[in-house]
Amino acid sequence: MKQAILTIKENEALTASVFRMRLEGDPGERPGGFVNLAVPGLFLRRPISVCDYADGELTVIYKVVGRGTDALSRMRAGEKLDALCGLGNGYDLAAPCEAPLLVGGGVGVPPLYYLAKELIKQGKKVSVVLGFNTADEVFYENEFRARGCAVTVATADGSYGVKGFVTDALPDFCDYYYACGPMPMLKALYSAAPIPGEMSFEERMGCGFGACMGCSMQTKNGPKRICKEGPVFKKEELLW
Amino acid sequence: MVKTSVTLCGIELSNPVIPASGTFGFGYEFAELYDINCLGTFSFKGTTREPRFGNPTPRIAECTAGMINAVGLQNPGVERVIAEELPRLKKVFHKPVMANVSGFSVEDYAHTCALLDREEQVGWLEVNVSCPNVHGGGMSFGTEPKAAAEVTRAVKAVTKKPVIIKLSPNVTDIAFIAGACEDAGADGISLINTLLGMRIDLKKGRPVIANTMGGFSGPAIFPVALRMVYQVSKAVRVPVIGMGGISSAEDAIEMMMAGATAVEIGAANLVDPYASKKIVEALPAAMEKYGISDLNDIIGKAH
Repeated sequence: MKQAILTIKENEALTASVFRMRLEGDPGERPGGFVNLAVPGLFLRRPISVCDYADGELTVIYKVVGRGTDALSRMRAGEKLDALCGLGNGYDLAAPCEAPLLVGGGVGVPPLYYLAKELIKQGKKVSVVLGFNTADEVFYENEFRARGCAVTVATADGSYGVKGFVTDALPDFCDYYYACGPMPMLKALYSAAPIPGEMSFEERMGCGFGACMGCSMQTKNGPKRICKEGPVFKKEELLW
Repeated sequence: MVKTSVTLCGIELSNPVIPASGTFGFGYEFAELYDINCLGTFSFKGTTREPRFGNPTPRIAECTAGMINAVGLQNPGVERVIAEELPRLKKVFHKPVMANVSGFSVEDYAHTCALLDREEQVGWLEVNVSCPNVHGGGMSFGTEPKAAAEVTRAVKAVTKKPVIIKLSPNVTDIAFIAGACEDAGADGISLINTLLGMRIDLKKGRPVIANTMGGFSGPAIFPVALRMVYQVSKAVRVPVIGMGGISSAEDAIEMMMAGATAVEIGAANLVDPYASKKIVEALPAAMEKYGISDLNDIIGKAH
C-alpha cells in the first residue's frame, strides 16, 4: 500500500451510469487489485477496482450508485484525488492454464481488462464473456476485442448478444476462469463451470487495508479480509 | 522544547497518542507504513476468550463526518493472540502495549485477563464493557453500574497490571458508572466507545448494516465525547483516556483540557493510515501555538 495524490486526466461517461477515469501519479497496481479514493466531503474512502495500469497512469471504471461515486463522476480533469494505492491481493497470473476464460458482470467487467492484457502478454488464448442487463449498459466489448480476446456478450433481456446470463454463454474449451461480478453471477458460475478458477469479491469497507475487519468473509481456510487476503479468492477456498 | 510525555497508571508514554482498539489491528498493517514506535502506545484488537468471526456483512456504513461499524469483535481468541500475534508484534513494537479485552460473562473477562497478565509486553489491560455490536454481553456490563463493578473486581483479582475500564456512552449517567468502576478498583477509565447508530438504504428500505445497528464514530461525535470525558474526569480521581472523533493535535489538546491524561485515535486511522503519526508529529507545534510547555499542565484545565 502507498498513499499518493493522483491527478485526474480524464473522466468520461461510458454509459448512462458508468464512468471511466484516468489518473496520473499511481505508484503501481496489479490485475485484480484496487485503490481506495478519498472523495472530498465524504468520510470513508471509496474502493474502486483497477481497470488498467501502465507507467504511472491508472484507469478505473466505476458505476454511480451513491453519493461517493456521484461526487466522483462530477470531478473534472486537473482535479486531484488522495488515493491509497496497490491494495488487495489480485488475480493469480501464474495459475496453470492455456485457455483462460474471463467472466465479468456489469461493473465487475473492469478488473478483467488489465488481467486480459497480462495474460495475452504470456501468450495465452483469452476468451471473455461479459454480462449486462440490457444493450444500453454494455461497455468495453471493443476494448477486449482490440486486445485479441474472443468476446461474447450476454444481456439479460436479449437486447444485445446472447440472451440470458453469462452462464448461458460460456465456451466449453477453456481450462480456467477468472471472474468478477455480482454475487448471484459468481454463485451461478461456480455451479455451472466444471473447471478451476478464481473470483473477485466486493464488500462495504472501512479502511481497505486490513485494519478494521469490516469486510471479512468465511472461507475453508478460516476468516479472510476481502480487502487484504482478497478481493480475489480461489474457487476451492469458497464455502459454497 | 515542549514536554509531550505523560504518565498513564504508572507507565510513562513518550506522548499521549494511542490508536484505539479495532482501528489498528495488532499493528502490522501500520508498521509496514511507518515506525509505530513513535506512538505513545496502541490498544490492540479487542480479544475474547474464544475465537470469533463476528457479525455478517455489511458491517460498515458511511455517515456525515463519521461511520458506523458492526464488526462484532472478530478476533482469533486469546490463546492465538498470545501464541501468534504478540510474538509478531514484539518484532515491530518495543513499548508496552495496551491489551483490549471483551467478554460475555464475568468469568470470560477474568480468564482472558489472567492469560494476558502473564504477557510481558502487555502494559495495561483495557477492559471493554461497552461493545455495542454483540448480543448478550459487552455493552450490558457497561450500562449497569453493578455489573461494571463486578467485572472490574474480577479482573483486578487476576492481574497486577493497571486495569482501565472502557465505558459506553449509551447510558444515562456515565459518570456514575465510572465512579462504580473506580470504587471497584479500576486504575483508569477510557471513554467513549461508539454511539449506537443506524442507517437505512433508501433504495432497499432496509438497514445498511446487516446487524441493523452499529457503533457510530468519527469527527461527528467529538463534542459528545469531550463532554463525557469532562464529566467523568471531574467525578473520578483515576486517570481518564479520552477518545471519540479525535483527528488532529488540536482535538487531542482539547480532550486533555477536558480532563484526559491520554487520548485514543479511532476512525481517523481508517481513512488516513498515517493519522496517528501525523497527530504525534503535529503536537509540539500545536502546543507552542497555545503556549503549552508541558502537556501535564493542561490535563483538566477546563474544570
